[in-house]
Amino acid sequence: MPVTAEAIVIGASAGALEALSAILPALPRGFELPVLIVVHVPPDRRSVLSELFEAKCRVPVKEAEDKEPIVGGTVYFAPPDYHLLVETDRCLALSSDEPVLFSRPSIDVLFESAADAYGPALIGVVLTGANQDGAKGLQAIVAAGGAALVQEPRGAFAPAMPEAAIASVPGAGILSLDQIAAHLKTLRVRP
Amino acid sequence: MSEIAAEEKVEDIEIRLLLEALFVRYHYDFRNYSMASIKRRLRQARQQLGFATFSAVQERLLHEPDMLPRLLRYLTVQVSEMFRDPDYFRAIREKVVPHLRTYPSLKVWIAGCSEGEELYSFVILFREEGLEDRTIFYATDINQDALHAAETGVYALDRMQLFTENHRRSGGRSSLSDYYQAAYGRASFDRTLRRNVVFSDHSLVTDAVFGEMNLISCRNVMIYFDRTLQDRAIGLFKDSLPRKGFLGLGAKESLRFSRHAGAFDDFVREEKIYQRRAD
Repeated sequence: MPVTAEAIVIGASAGALEALSAILPALPRGFELPVLIVVHVPPDRRSVLSELFEAKCRVPVKEAEDKEPIVGGTVYFAPPDYHLLVETDRCLALSSDEPVLFSRPSIDVLFESAADAYGPALIGVVLTGANQDGAKGLQAIVAAGGAALVQEPRGAFAPAMPEAAIASVPGAGILSLDQIAAHLKTLRVRP
Repeated sequence: MSEIAAEEKVEDIEIRLLLEALFVRYHYDFRNYSMASIKRRLRQARQQLGFATFSAVQERLLHEPDMLPRLLRYLTVQVSEMFRDPDYFRAIREKVVPHLRTYPSLKVWIAGCSEGEELYSFVILFREEGLEDRTIFYATDINQDALHAAETGVYALDRMQLFTENHRRSGGRSSLSDYYQAAYGRASFDRTLRRNVVFSDHSLVTDAVFGEMNLISCRNVMIYFDRTLQDRAIGLFKDSLPRKGFLGLGAKESLRFSRHAGAFDDFVREEKIYQRRAD
């Protein structure tokens, strides 16, 4: 598994709160990589995810804004009812395009655009969920030379999403939440 | 560099050339759109239209004008909802309308109206508030097919449940079903809603100011622009609004990163409604 990268993207659905609670608070103060996260949330609600994790984390956490330059060491959540994408100049972009696999935000949309922007310097993580989102996106990340991590389906609240990701990327690292956290927190930006 | 990374680069070149061809041949300018979204839409278009490469799309586009509307459908049509983000319309109704009442005549611009959902939301709201008769609505878009759909005002009947719920949550004073007739799975909106509407082909990218407005609503259009284009569009809005004129943006759009930020005050901050300051 890589020890350097330029960014991490994470996708989670059913059971996301618990899974992310095992990962994000483990990131140390001074962590260097940006973390971009899509969680499936209902469209009509103001999301409390960023506020919730801001209180729990040692790194800055915020909801992504359109055209915002990506800052290392910051955790960004996709806002409800918008897709989150990465531009090649490493800015965030939002879109109101149609839902993909009934989801907006969509994990595939984030992963595919991040794969374009970061190429081999990207790590994609698929966590618990009850659908297929993220499987195609993870494939795009690996095709661009990036690394893929998937939560062990056995330990997942909802195994369907990790299972779909593994079926789509058989070479993905399959890890428990604690192992994912332990790996991510040691990552450095390549010098 | 890996082989795949090299291929990706070719795709970027092809997309740039395709957008250039679209501009030079047909004057549709997407060159300064947010590349991540454009790329996604173009990939979808390429696959669904059955082309192996973007170069092949470009060749067809240059030689066969029939290709233009087929491609534009992917690049421009936005699916919206009536009264999308009900809190936005509630803020318009409760906070903006009282100011608008003080004017004897009003001009409202729905910029990037797509198939008209936002337009009809405004007309219905203005009718409910007794302002419709003194208002001219300008509904503009670059996509002729979308404008035509807006002018027709017919939507799938199964969308009415959501629209009705949004309308109610926006503080609607009437029933949405008062404004349409249902038949054959479609809802046709009352033609009288269009009597004060001017539909027009207008591009925020290449066209100029066309009048002085009291309120401009442009939501989830500029998120597809890069910063240069966003600044151009916001500049147009700035020049179209007199002092105290209103500008409403999408829930996740903001003037914060714009060079025209100083020309506006927050009016309803959480709903992204701004008011023009004095120069």
